[in-house]
Amino acid sequence: MPKDSGIGASSKRREDVRFLTGAGNYTDDINVHGQAYVHFLRSDIAHGRIKSIDTSAAETMPGVVKVFTGKDFEGVGGMPCGWEVTDKHGAPMQEPPHPILAQGKVRHVGDPIAAVVADSLEQARDAAEAIELDIEELPAVLDMKAAAQEGATLVHDDLKNNICYDWQLGEADDAKVNEVFANAAHVTTLDLVNNRLVANPMEPRVAVAEYNRGTEDYTLYTTSQNPHVIRLLMCAFVLGLPEHKVRVVAPDVGGGFGTKIFHYAEEAFCTFAAKACGRPVKWTASRSEAFMSDAQGRDHVSTIELALDADNNFIGLRTNTYANLGAYLSTFSSSVPTWLHGTLMAGNYKTPVIQVNVKAMFTNTVPVDAYRGAGRPEATFQLERVVDKAARELGVDPIALRRQNFITQFPYDTPVALTYDTGDYNGTMDKLEVAADLAGFAARRTESEAKGKLRGLGINCYIEACGIAPSNIVGMLGARAGLYDAATVRVNATGSISVMVGAHSHGQGHETAFPQVVADMIGIDESMVEIVHGDTSKIPFGMGTYGSRSLAVCGSAMVKATEKVIEKAKKIAAHLLEASEADIELKDGQFSVAGTDKSVAWGDVTLTAYVPHNYPLEVEPGLEETAFYDPANFTFPAGAYACEVEVDPETGQVTIEKFTAADDFGNIINPMIVDGQVHGGIGQGIGQALLENCAYDENGQLLSASFMDYAMPRADDVPFYEVDHSSQTPCTHNPLGVKGCGEAGAIGSPPAVVNAVLDALNSGGKSVDHIDMPVSPSRVWAAMNS
Amino acid sequence: MTQVSMTVNGKSVSGDVEGRTLLSSFLRDHLSLTGTHVGCDTAQCGACVVHVNGEAVKSCNMLALEADGADVGTIEGQANPDGSLNVIQQAFQDHHGLQCGFCTPGMVMSAAALLKENPRPTEAEIRKYLEGNLCRCTGYHNIVKAIMAASGQDAGKIAAE
Repeated sequence: MPKDSGIGASSKRREDVRFLTGAGNYTDDINVHGQAYVHFLRSDIAHGRIKSIDTSAAETMPGVVKVFTGKDFEGVGGMPCGWEVTDKHGAPMQEPPHPILAQGKVRHVGDPIAAVVADSLEQARDAAEAIELDIEELPAVLDMKAAAQEGATLVHDDLKNNICYDWQLGEADDAKVNEVFANAAHVTTLDLVNNRLVANPMEPRVAVAEYNRGTEDYTLYTTSQNPHVIRLLMCAFVLGLPEHKVRVVAPDVGGGFGTKIFHYAEEAFCTFAAKACGRPVKWTASRSEAFMSDAQGRDHVSTIELALDADNNFIGLRTNTYANLGAYLSTFSSSVPTWLHGTLMAGNYKTPVIQVNVKAMFTNTVPVDAYRGAGRPEATFQLERVVDKAARELGVDPIALRRQNFITQFPYDTPVALTYDTGDYNGTMDKLEVAADLAGFAARRTESEAKGKLRGLGINCYIEACGIAPSNIVGMLGARAGLYDAATVRVNATGSISVMVGAHSHGQGHETAFPQVVADMIGIDESMVEIVHGDTSKIPFGMGTYGSRSLAVCGSAMVKATEKVIEKAKKIAAHLLEASEADIELKDGQFSVAGTDKSVAWGDVTLTAYVPHNYPLEVEPGLEETAFYDPANFTFPAGAYACEVEVDPETGQVTIEKFTAADDFGNIINPMIVDGQVHGGIGQGIGQALLENCAYDENGQLLSASFMDYAMPRADDVPFYEVDHSSQTPCTHNPLGVKGCGEAGAIGSPPAVVNAVLDALNSGGKSVDHIDMPVSPSRVWAAMNS
Repeated sequence: MTQVSMTVNGKSVSGDVEGRTLLSSFLRDHLSLTGTHVGCDTAQCGACVVHVNGEAVKSCNMLALEADGADVGTIEGQANPDGSLNVIQQAFQDHHGLQCGFCTPGMVMSAAALLKENPRPTEAEIRKYLEGNLCRCTGYHNIVKAIMAASGQDAGKIAAE
């Protein structure tokens, strides 16, 4: 029987009511008395040297408060990078400055050059048009392989070349790797591109900043997944402000998908300008502006080689990737192609020798950083495409080949730095075979063929690494931040509870799921527990929400804090019941003395904590506890996906006919929310596989800068999805046994779709090894007819 | 500045606007009806859908002056008179048809317009109708289910749970 409350129940989301009635409070809904508006004048060329900026005419335009250029920010810090990657020779990555407003050069279309603050947005826009720019256009650096050549035009004149780092993981001895490949019975090689994407949360980014002259306090309202991280970076590295004088609020946030993790120049600008102008300053991105200023995702060009022995066992894997970082280092960009990508190359398989090589490149494009999955989709795509190609070349069943090579013993130390604590990849594949009715595929193919369509089945497995930790290890790997989280459980006198959490909910349903845990632990109604998040003045220092970490890391902190609360409450109950603390049991909101009928209710104990008349003298009054939790390891969700497509051989049009996901997320708090997370991830993965592509022309012009040109998945591009998460191997090292589910769909689905398309084409007698994403009708048609 | 008057959610309102003021801006900035969202600048995303004289309209693509004298409905006016969620809103909550909530007002307004003209739409008809409403969170699965449920169809039987 499904539970109707607490852990494991599909509790309806309490946050929905405000969102469904127009009562949400998103950042653009916030207006501060006396606010002015900023409009950024952005570069319309990819690369150029700024010779002069004349703002004199703009400054006299109606309503203009102040015009800023890079000169106003000399002496102010630039945008920092939060992860220092060390290259394979032991040298630190090249880390060029990233000014708030361009200084000396513009380096991508959308690079902010000047900012006009005015009484109204229209006045700011009008005045920006009166700014006279003299910019000498330079050749745009776009192709990563060309950019790596000696003598290439430099994106950053002060760097020795365009290579941020040349990084390696796994087997460092090239001779050993070469020997494995030389001795292989079969080697499968594949060149592939992981297409550049734009995260496109439906809410564009917004920042509203105000400065209180009397108290010298700043408040920044911003569309962020992690307000404390923004405050720390902005105060310590950019503006040099005392942290205790800065409040950062991320209210309702309309989706993030990674792109709202990062500290952006516009946030620092508004905070700086609020004091400089003596007025609150508001910025709201237009969608077109978001396309050229939100950090973008993916954009890897890779060659992967898989070596197999005569029995089809994987014996070696080597991959070489060029990873595009864009023009500047965004906050966590350097970690994505390295520690979030290379470490995942073992996938679900016991390949003994793995070598991962990554050259990260500066180019004249919008910066690239984490987008849903962040490195893990890129790794999975490479690995699962080459495994699928190997199965086709060897003429073996792609599921059998995967099963044969699955890791089956846990814990398992991979050759690429991770220790998987638990998993059951065969069990999850068993679930997939049933849920996807793979036995019925042949009949469905026959039906499709009768309609003149080619039908393909694509299988994919993935492993994810969530809840990046522990802090001391990631610190050794270059992280400039801790990766713990925090929660404060504040019990009120009447027994209701406010839980202040470092995680941030921007669609994940924390306001519903987190109370399920606390209420379950105490045995009270979920409605008595409320989550507070998104405001640095209210919550303990937490690292926010990304990388499917919220429940595994912040949820664990919440459990620890709740345990402390219960422990103290038992002391108070023992006093009230005149019993030994060791004999006190808590069940269904009642403290009772074991083996007796003596009990006292939760609310009586909490009231006693705050009205401590009859109270144990050795216990402090009050009932509020904080816990910080730093995990011992990553969590490792894993899954197996099946996609069935139909391809129209006349047009190359691909339609997704059936999509099934079998995931192992460990224990699950709210199955309804977990299903929704998987649906959303699959939707984005199908978008990447079939539709989405962030395109630049040969001059570095951004061609896909609106929803007119960037193909977002729409309701009629996707089917209903079948989701099964009954395969559950609980995480062994966090108190809830949870693993994280936010990114799985986006990681697992692109290779499943592409594998399905190739299966369809090959079933139709076409010998097609690979089609790059997005697998558009023109590409499919070209592949069929080449 | 020109004066514009209209009925919004049953109440008469008026304000002074520039010729270029969009209906979405008038609702959000002049009337503080911030439930209507703006997610793009090319009339693609549908977060701003409202009803104008009973028709679903993208309010970012209509001047406030064009709505002079019109009967406008927004998400703030959709709940039942007692404040409880209406059938469509309730179906969205019951079937987890929203996550971040940003596209939701437009989805609900579009769904209401769809069900008005087609009370029992098929899955394909719903998907087709929602072409003008983008959602980045849900993969559309539970939105389509919610609309089927709101139209009295057993969504559980049609869509995989």
